[in-house]
Amino acid sequence: MTKIRIDNIDYEVKPKKNLLETCLSLGLYIPHFCFHPALGSVGACRLCAVKKFKDQDDKRGRIVMSCMEPVTEGLIISIDDTEAKAFRAAVIESLMTNHPHDCPVCDEGGECHLQDMTVMTGHNYRRFDFKKRTYKDQNLGPFINHEMNRCIQCYRCVRFYSDYAGGRDLNVFGSHNHVYFGRHEDGTLENEFSGNLVEVCPTGVFTDKTLKKHFTRKWDLSNGPSVCVHCSVGCNIIASERYGSLRRIMSRYNGAVNGYFLCDRGRFGYEFVNDEKRIRKAKARYTKNNILEEIENEQLLSLLDSSLSKNPKIIGIGSPRASVESNYALSVLVGNENFYHGVSKKEQHLTATVLSFMQKSGVQIPSLKQIEKADAVLILGENLTNTAPMIALAIRQASRNKGYALADEKGIPQWNDAAVRELAQSIKSPVFIATPFKDKLDAIAEETLRASYEEIADLGSAVASLLNNKASAPEKINKDNQKLAEKISDVLKEAKNPLIISGITSGVEGTLTAGMNIATALLSLDVNVMFSAVLPECNSMGLSLIPGKSLDDAISLAESEEIDALVVLENDLYRRADKEAVDHLFARSKQIIVLDHLLNRTSFKADILLPVSTFAESEGTLVNNEGRAQRYYKAIINKDKVKESWRWINELSKIINSQSEIWNRFDDVVASLITRMPLFSKMTQYMPGADFRMLNTKIPRQTMRYSGRTAMNAQTAVSETRVPQDVDSPLGFTMEGREENPPSSLVPFYWTPGWNSVQAMYNYLDEPNGSMKGGDPGLRLIEPAEKQTNTFYEIIRQTNEYQKDELIIVPVYRIFGGEELSSVAPALSQRIQEPALYLNQNDAERSGVKEGDMTLLEIMNNKIKIKVKIENSLPAGIAGLTVNLPGMPFIDLPGRGKLNK
Amino acid sequence: MTKHIRPGTPPLNLTEYIRVGGYDSVGKALKEMAPADVTSLVKASNLLGRGGAGFPTGVKWSLVPMDKECLKPKYLVCNADEMEPGAFKDRYLLEGNPHQLIAGMIIAAYAVQAEKAYIFLRWAYKKAEVILNKAIDEAYEAGYLGKNILGSGFDLDLHVHSSAGRYICGEETALLTSLEGKRGIPRAKPPFPANSGLFGKPTVVNNVETLSWISHIVENGADWFKSLSLTGTGGTKLYGVSGRVKNPGIWELPLGTTIRELLEEHAGGMIDGYRFRGLLPGGASTDFLTEMHLDVKMDFSTVGTAGSRMGTGTMIILDDRTCPVAFIHNIEKFFALESCGWCTPCREGLPWVEKMLASIEEGTGKMEYLDILKFHTKYLAPGNTFCAHAPGAAEPLQSGLNYFYDDFVKHITEKKCPWR
Repeated sequence: MTKIRIDNIDYEVKPKKNLLETCLSLGLYIPHFCFHPALGSVGACRLCAVKKFKDQDDKRGRIVMSCMEPVTEGLIISIDDTEAKAFRAAVIESLMTNHPHDCPVCDEGGECHLQDMTVMTGHNYRRFDFKKRTYKDQNLGPFINHEMNRCIQCYRCVRFYSDYAGGRDLNVFGSHNHVYFGRHEDGTLENEFSGNLVEVCPTGVFTDKTLKKHFTRKWDLSNGPSVCVHCSVGCNIIASERYGSLRRIMSRYNGAVNGYFLCDRGRFGYEFVNDEKRIRKAKARYTKNNILEEIENEQLLSLLDSSLSKNPKIIGIGSPRASVESNYALSVLVGNENFYHGVSKKEQHLTATVLSFMQKSGVQIPSLKQIEKADAVLILGENLTNTAPMIALAIRQASRNKGYALADEKGIPQWNDAAVRELAQSIKSPVFIATPFKDKLDAIAEETLRASYEEIADLGSAVASLLNNKASAPEKINKDNQKLAEKISDVLKEAKNPLIISGITSGVEGTLTAGMNIATALLSLDVNVMFSAVLPECNSMGLSLIPGKSLDDAISLAESEEIDALVVLENDLYRRADKEAVDHLFARSKQIIVLDHLLNRTSFKADILLPVSTFAESEGTLVNNEGRAQRYYKAIINKDKVKESWRWINELSKIINSQSEIWNRFDDVVASLITRMPLFSKMTQYMPGADFRMLNTKIPRQTMRYSGRTAMNAQTAVSETRVPQDVDSPLGFTMEGREENPPSSLVPFYWTPGWNSVQAMYNYLDEPNGSMKGGDPGLRLIEPAEKQTNTFYEIIRQTNEYQKDELIIVPVYRIFGGEELSSVAPALSQRIQEPALYLNQNDAERSGVKEGDMTLLEIMNNKIKIKVKIENSLPAGIAGLTVNLPGMPFIDLPGRGKLNK
Repeated sequence: MTKHIRPGTPPLNLTEYIRVGGYDSVGKALKEMAPADVTSLVKASNLLGRGGAGFPTGVKWSLVPMDKECLKPKYLVCNADEMEPGAFKDRYLLEGNPHQLIAGMIIAAYAVQAEKAYIFLRWAYKKAEVILNKAIDEAYEAGYLGKNILGSGFDLDLHVHSSAGRYICGEETALLTSLEGKRGIPRAKPPFPANSGLFGKPTVVNNVETLSWISHIVENGADWFKSLSLTGTGGTKLYGVSGRVKNPGIWELPLGTTIRELLEEHAGGMIDGYRFRGLLPGGASTDFLTEMHLDVKMDFSTVGTAGSRMGTGTMIILDDRTCPVAFIHNIEKFFALESCGWCTPCREGLPWVEKMLASIEEGTGKMEYLDILKFHTKYLAPGNTFCAHAPGAAEPLQSGLNYFYDDFVKHITEKKCPWR
């Protein structure tokens, strides 16, 4: 620890930090703009000025920028010094010479860092009486609104977008007082993390365009601490509501997971919640018309009664996008033996393989934060930028570790961002990427291998066998790949914290198990190795923890017997299996009960369709790919007939069995879950139940400045409506409650006196970039086994030889459109590229097609009309097919296909 | 230093320069001296950087890591981005004797064991670019550049880089950033270029005039160099005078020559009909000096005690028929435009200063502007801004407000410029 003195008070603080972050973690709030904990210091804005004194006798001191000042033993500074204060106010005055007076109509108003800093420094009266400079704004696409006149030139946007996230189409142009932050021309921001500009920008230059469509001030939002449902990483989010609709998603800090940021799918995918196609009322085919019609409660109950109570054979199909609790509820309803996971056999098997490795191998499974600490990375078969964008972002940070090490050697502190980048230049920690299809991460890779999954599995096996000869080597491997394997194994062996990333989106076991073998082999050499597997959906891991069979099993069951009632939970089965197979399953089911929130191909097949809540209207637990259980809480009160899935299922239970457990509130399901599945037992400790109170009050979802409480419903009733009751969570739909910070997992918004912007977050963290006070939310359910298994997987290898007229079709994932729910969001759907088949020029010529042609792809039993795109990085004989996009049929990939002009 | 420069005639080519012994020092340094000896010699000579800051050159070199494990390649960069208004001394050396600079650079590079060297040249110096490139070609051909120079085992590559033309790129760290192909924005120090300079490698940046001295110091020794100045600082200096004087120009004179001697003897005094009012001693970014300072010796330290800086040593004279407000406005307009836009006080403060000065000059100024102008001279102080650009810009403003305050007031009260 280092002793420093601030305004005549002595502190013991952590060494190696800069003075600004030190003060912020002490709760001494020095105004600042350009410093961002994740981006480091550059000393541009000059707002964080303080007085530094040479020694105790020095009374004059000199102004220094606290963000650029290392914390050293005996440092004496003053924040309150008159000159320093006057200087900080002068910096604001300078910025205000060009900043427009449009706060009342600015989207940032009320949560503006510039407003906060202006008030904090005390600058008020204007002395500048000349014209302000103005800019032309750009159309930056469906996500981000641009209003350059508000810019205060803190350079945070380009530092995040280019330096941190690797974006290439936002930059700074011009000079002197006409610096411009934008694109070289109007156009959609291409980077997958552009939405973070909304939070990184301290003023209203970059604002959320989707929020603008249904704008609400921060203080008028009612918020739920929540978890992103659009991939398996489980980023923490704040979901915000007004008038019953979801208005926006912001990042909720979690030091172990997403930190300050989110990807654009996570931030802008939310609008499916407000979609017109939402199922809001129960429907059933109960009249002669045999069409889905709205049904009243009583009729519904009797219909359910007649279809369920007399039917002995009920099977339930769960979902990797539904909560642990809802899946559990369904498995209780139908019994373990009749519970099916709602994913293909292959996916189930691969997920189970991941789970078993996590439980038994002894290899460390890293959090996103730990991924950032890796000093060597090998990626096998995962297009991370599209399948788990935030992992890709973490790897970009990991690639800087070698540069940081060099900076340490040269005595340059890590927070001195420009200096570290200058010193490091192109020096990067080694990242090796082996995928069939290109990835934006290639830009930071030391080497990339474009190859078939089989070849990738061979490369992985070769690396594993080089590290430990008990791991089986590939039968054959070409010279180049062998050389690459040698290089990779050498690098991994030498690394302190090497990371192997694989996953199951490839649909190939070999790339996954080869990666696991490498990790096991490294562990056997006492290397502190980490292994991370990407899973397809937000609760793939949670689902795999509940015993059940696969969808394919349900389909084959339907072959042999008729199913009396089929209950489908939040799952469009047409995305999971062949159309014919699913049709058949439905045809063989006498009663189809579907619980979902959006109309899709499966919900159209329902005999009884029950309207269920989305993540924004319910409580639930999701388990991410790391095995971290995280709870989301509702932001919106259920209206119409919408209920949580587990509530509907409990209703069904009561019909089937009068002895069934009665779950009146969310905690009842959790209690039941814990008794039957002890793996989840610690959950109650980490995630407070509905009875949790802070000095007898619930935690308010609304800010102290929430307006219109007594009037916002005046058009329906003149009397003030009763505050909606929430029996499921310790949060209340109210603005009344304690002002102290709630427990970290229950933080609905960031607000601290003086800090209306997201930077109020400082008061919720133990230190900038650190953990939430009281520990980061979420609970890791699976910790590495203490004993190493040292057992290796046999690598299952399919032949990669192909007929002359055949192509191996591999899946190409897309961040936008590649996930079911977010694809519905209007803004995000504008970013969905049309489905395409990618192949290299030679293969295109061989198949007689060219760029832009519509071709007929025959694959398995499918014939798909699809546009050809040339992608020369693809290896010979391999074509990439965009998958999961709206309208695309389910195809079990990889597979062999033929082109028919 | 200017011995072989004949204005109006082409510079000496390599053969000619070798004939006059210009390259003897290179052989001496590379063959007879260890790199550390060269650095010690330059340190002993007390050669102060001629770019304007006056930092001891030998000390700068001695900060470069010399261990075998240090980052490589190391770089030597010649700052020939002479953009200071009123300065034209480097141009004189570049156009007049390119081989003198090249010889100096070879020795300097040898002293710090730099393998690569750049001359970062002002965009407008087209003639110098041609001359330098020709001289460099000659030097390569004769084996003074390239691999194994004169059989010493020392390698050096030298390139000319013509700048895109920004004042800030004369600031040594902005120069390096710009040379890397990035936006010309200064860097925070530490780390200093000696540790992390061009492309993150140890780098020395020296001014043209500084480097032009090196071969002479190697040849004649430190004591000889010291004896050249009147004040014991060491060496002569290229002094320039511009403005309404009878004989504007540039002269090599002993360091410590008085302003009066420069102005009256060498520049021939004011043109008839013009009276001297003040001067900027070392370019636009230095404080005004006035009549009472005429006997100040032009030396790095003594100009400082008079309240200004020697800077480049190329002075600009203000006469009585030029409006000082317009004069200062012109300077501040330049500095406001040349701000790189990185830090707030400079980017936003200078344009405000410029607008107020323009308004005063136009007769629309207000008395409170004088307070705001004064405020800016403190606000833009060193340490408050990211680099020395704005503090430099504040110098003529603060001293101008001090010496010509009545003229400012007259503009405001009479609502017009008295000179128009």
